[in-house]
Amino acid sequence: MLQSSIGRKLVMATTGMCLVGFVIVHLLGNSSIFIGADGINAYAEHLHALGPIVWIFRIILLSLFGLHIFFGIQLTLENRAARPIDYNQKKNIRTSFGAETMIYTGLAILAFAVYHLFHFTMHVTNPEISASVLPLDALGRSDVFTMMVLSFQKFFISAVYAGAMVTLLLHLSHGVQSLFQTFGVLNGNTLPIMEKIARAAAIVIFVGFVSIPVSILLGLINI
Amino acid sequence: MDLTLYVWRQDGPDAKGKLEQYEAKNVSPDSSFLEMMDMVNEDLINEGIDPVELDNDCREGICGTCGCVINGIPHGPQEETTTCQLHMRKFSDGDSLTIEPWRAAAFPVVKDLVVDRSALDNIIQSGGYTSAYTGELIGEANNTLISKPIADYSMDAAACIGCGACVAACPNGSAMLFTSAKVAQLAVLPQGAIEAAERVNNMTEAMLNAGFGNCTNHYECEAACPQGISVKFIAKTNREFIKALA
Ligand code: HEM
Ligand code: SF4
Repeated sequence: MLQSSIGRKLVMATTGMCLVGFVIVHLLGNSSIFIGADGINAYAEHLHALGPIVWIFRIILLSLFGLHIFFGIQLTLENRAARPIDYNQKKNIRTSFGAETMIYTGLAILAFAVYHLFHFTMHVTNPEISASVLPLDALGRSDVFTMMVLSFQKFFISAVYAGAMVTLLLHLSHGVQSLFQTFGVLNGNTLPIMEKIARAAAIVIFVGFVSIPVSILLGLINI
Repeated sequence: MDLTLYVWRQDGPDAKGKLEQYEAKNVSPDSSFLEMMDMVNEDLINEGIDPVELDNDCREGICGTCGCVINGIPHGPQEETTTCQLHMRKFSDGDSLTIEPWRAAAFPVVKDLVVDRSALDNIIQSGGYTSAYTGELIGEANNTLISKPIADYSMDAAACIGCGACVAACPNGSAMLFTSAKVAQLAVLPQGAIEAAERVNNMTEAMLNAGFGNCTNHYECEAACPQGISVKFIAKTNREFIKALA
């Protein structure tokens, strides 16, 4: 199964689907910032209150990521080896930019995820901002709201996040329809519809995430 | 019409090849691509140059022997058309054509535009058959009735002529469309269903072993296929693989 062509594709599709699920839940959670400090700080407080469950969840997520990345790189290397000599001229007709750049957007997402953890979870980058988490808010909760607002008020940080979301947009614009084809649930009629739905879903996720730094930069969300 | 050709010339499997420029003069728009190449080859022979080798046989689009990549598209710019059925009226006077062989690790170049496609035969040998007995005692194959929609579905998959354009078009050099056409054609028939699980496992394994890549759903194969084989058969093959796991 884990040596076969389709078997490994199924692992990619399954882990990819779970990661998409995580991304959507993460987005819904983050959007509580639009309610204000109360919204997102309460959300963060709930997450922290889960205690060991958070760690179980993190380990599962890390394994999904690890499997997805491992097979993604392995399959990409095999596929390159299967087409060692390039054409002098090649016209692609059906495929998309997103499909052709899966490994690059994937690696960019990985790099971003590492930075993201250093930034908001481990408070390694921009410690002067992360320090704002510690003065607890009026209800004694960590002040995630202030940390996010102060971070995204820095144009550079917002730009990095927005750029990363562009790579996620590209990755999902191909990935979401691809996973349904890999699971074999599509046929000749439903494939073109799914391609449109998947692209729309990728755009919704992109707009959702990017709306947070953009709203902060525009001053719509303020301390 | 007059055309400028850039044709891949390569003496043998291990030789280094390169594109050579040739002029094709006074080409009739009604001639086929292969007839145009015949004319160019006659000129080359008259000049004492080795003619361009290219595979072809029936020249009526059914045998699957011909095929080269013309201006970046396997079998050229006309949809659902083999190289031999492509006519020069599809091009304009003064056009430049870049003509290259199928490119894939599993398809080594034999000479010029001829590639060795026996890797496709290896895939078929690994499971592209049914072991159904026929004969007087067991009854005619025709005694097993098959509904029209299933027969049609199977026939659509069976339309594959084994040309290899799907591999040539695939950015991953995958033979998934070719393989899945056979898996799907047989899986839906009562005679083929018996060995469906073994077949999908063996054929996709043979595909990898032959040096083809993995499908990542670019769908370039479907766009290049002269027989219009649909990627729905790849989805079907993925389903068959999942069924075989259980
Ligand atoms: C939030 C993170 C990620 C999500 C939501 C995600 C989602 C997906 C999905 C849904 C697929 C389609 C699976 C299929 O074809 O059946 C996919 C494929 C792929 N992903 Fe990711 N992915 C993520 C991160 C990564 C990372 C970090 C890499 C790093 C190498 C990566 C590399 C790939 C590759 C190479 C493919 C296969 C290409 C293809 O099928 O065309 N992905 N991803
Ligand atoms: S699937 Fe189409 S392109 Fe591929 S070998 Fe068969 S006929 Fe040729």
